Amino acid sequence: MNYASYIAWIPLLPLASFVLLGLFGRKYLKRSSGFIGTIVLFTITVLSLVTAYNYFFVDGKVNGIYQSIIPLQFTWLQFSENVSIDMGIILDPISVMMLVIVSFISLMVHIFSLGYMKGEERFSTYYAFLSLFTFSMLGLVVSTNIFQIYIFWELVGISSYLLIGFYYDRPSAVAASKKAFIVTRFADLGFLIGILILAFHAETLDFHTLITRLTTAQSSQLISITTSSFLGVSMLTWGLTLVFIGGAGKSAMFPLHIWLPDAMEGPTPVSALIHAATMVVAGVYLVARLFPLYSFDVVALNIVAYTGALSALLAAVIACTQTDIKRVLAYSTMSQIGYMMFALGVSGHGGEQGLGYMASMFHLFTHAFFKSLLFLCAGAVIHVVHSNEMKDMGGLRKRMPLTHIAFLIACLAIAGIPPFAGFFSKEEILFAAYNSNKLIYIVGVFTSMLTAFYMFRLYFSIFHNKEPQVQIHHGEGTLSMKLPLLVLAACTVFAGFVPLSSLVTADGVPLETHLDIAFSVVPVALSVAAILFAAKLYRKQNDLPDKISTSLGGIYHSAYKKFYVDEIYIFITKKIIFNLIGKPAAWIDKNIVDGFMNLLAAITAKISSLIKGLQSGKVQHYALYFFAGIAGLAVLFIYLWK
Amino acid sequence: MNDVPLTHILFVSTALFFIGVYGLFTRRNMITMLMSIELMLNSVNINFVAFNKYLYPGQLNGIFFTIFIITIAAAEAAVAIAIIINFYRSHSSIDVEDAGEMKW
Repeated sequence: MNYASYIAWIPLLPLASFVLLGLFGRKYLKRSSGFIGTIVLFTITVLSLVTAYNYFFVDGKVNGIYQSIIPLQFTWLQFSENVSIDMGIILDPISVMMLVIVSFISLMVHIFSLGYMKGEERFSTYYAFLSLFTFSMLGLVVSTNIFQIYIFWELVGISSYLLIGFYYDRPSAVAASKKAFIVTRFADLGFLIGILILAFHAETLDFHTLITRLTTAQSSQLISITTSSFLGVSMLTWGLTLVFIGGAGKSAMFPLHIWLPDAMEGPTPVSALIHAATMVVAGVYLVARLFPLYSFDVVALNIVAYTGALSALLAAVIACTQTDIKRVLAYSTMSQIGYMMFALGVSGHGGEQGLGYMASMFHLFTHAFFKSLLFLCAGAVIHVVHSNEMKDMGGLRKRMPLTHIAFLIACLAIAGIPPFAGFFSKEEILFAAYNSNKLIYIVGVFTSMLTAFYMFRLYFSIFHNKEPQVQIHHGEGTLSMKLPLLVLAACTVFAGFVPLSSLVTADGVPLETHLDIAFSVVPVALSVAAILFAAKLYRKQNDLPDKISTSLGGIYHSAYKKFYVDEIYIFITKKIIFNLIGKPAAWIDKNIVDGFMNLLAAITAKISSLIKGLQSGKVQHYALYFFAGIAGLAVLFIYLWK
Repeated sequence: MNDVPLTHILFVSTALFFIGVYGLFTRRNMITMLMSIELMLNSVNINFVAFNKYLYPGQLNGIFFTIFIITIAAAEAAVAIAIIINFYRSHSSIDVEDAGEMKW
């Protein structure tokens, strides 16, 4: 199969749509911009599915192992003979899977936005930004070169910034977009340094060469990177950890997660696309892309595992206390991405050891469906209620039956109840964790219980609890808003049955997985118990939740305040960095740098005011100076310069 | 012919040159200044001719230089007078003191 004939269209079509809508959208295509964007997305979704079919079932597998295919590549910047930045497209199990997820979710969001964003003043700008994001994300997942991924990484960051700040007349949205940009940018600094360290030692930027060189025993590059060390830690660990910091920033891992809840200021479909399904898993994708290296380095892999587990737990605890439904979903996203991270962290490379890797990718796959479904349902609810706060909702199940069912399915999926999608992937993750690290397994099970609790707290608060306070005049929303909910709900039900274990594995060899009922009993039972507990607290309005929260006192309060991480950041930036670095730097700038420049200027002014009298404007004066000069030179030459 | 020594001729040319310099520095009338410049040029011409005659009687280099200088002087006079006429049209004056627009 010749991929090169159409594969380039997958990222390029959204780019074309961005250029078209960005340049002409507001003036000429105000009405049709949504349809243009949707048609483009539909085309690339079809192309992605064709690619996936061809790759997985026709010619991706050679001798039972999935190969990575590079149908398209050209050199963009040549630094030296070995080091160059290439632009290209790589097809391997994870990139093909991501192609399908990104284009499919993006298509759903495009369709949903047709109804949700209808009548917006900047409707076509919105679609232009969505296209830009889709282009960057697709470019990111097919990158063949670590620098190419970095370029698209930043493009994704900028489109996220633009979309979070879409309602730029709200100060909170502007602040949130800046926060997201600065925090992820700060993390990307780590990423860049990591790239430079890896590339310096491996003498290449190409993924394939990089991984081959650094995993081949006795290769000169591997010896160079493992023998040189900084602060007692080898450069390989440094490089991988720094790259992981970049990934942690994008994937909202503790302590770089602070931007994600605020990012919910953006339009809700954007949150579904960027901050739930696609962009935030870029960090997981990055670690998976470099996984052969990570599996080689125990320290870096442990950092990944523990960061993931800690983020999963903390986010789940915070999510139990939040009242803004989108923030609950944001923390739940962070928690689920924590799952993916620690699944990678407990994984090995190849064979049965690679279960965690496969489970992580599986969870990424299922999570994309049910989390974007949750966000789109939340969007539909917000569209009707005009509020993000739980207390303004309640009893909506009769008013919004379709949304209610879809939300319930997604909640069951995220809680890990069989036979919905989340159950399968979560069991794989927990099984992988159980086999390699008991502590992380316990954290995982506990988090899974918390997940079930807060998701059903959300569900009961929105759809049960009390009588509806809002009158719905315009029904549940347009067809374009209902259709994606239906499609995604169907996917959420069936995605768990996709035999991903035989398709996406660390080393390309299909993996046999089986469900162990005895193993699944504990997590599922805990989840069911948590759901029942949530039902008792929130199904009918009562004062039990308040009693519990007051009896928990400080713990509840600190979780409600998100464990004061934001305050710590503000303390560090405002008090410590500002006072210790900012103020002295400002003083030096004002007094020494500026002072030197002012001194130069003052000297010049002084001298020029002294000699400006010579420029009298009288020709004869000039002639006199000329004559005096000649006479002086003559004297000089005749008497002094013998 | 050889009874006039070289120094006499140089004395005349030097006198002529400094008369020109003096005129250039003291006169305010642009035409007079132009005339002074011509005086200076001619003193140089006298020098060239004299040196050619007394030091290298068989050669013509100095004479040629003189002819060149006369040609250039004619062109320079034409340009200068054109400037003066234009200046007169705009300022109704040919006093060099009035041409002060270029000063700081």
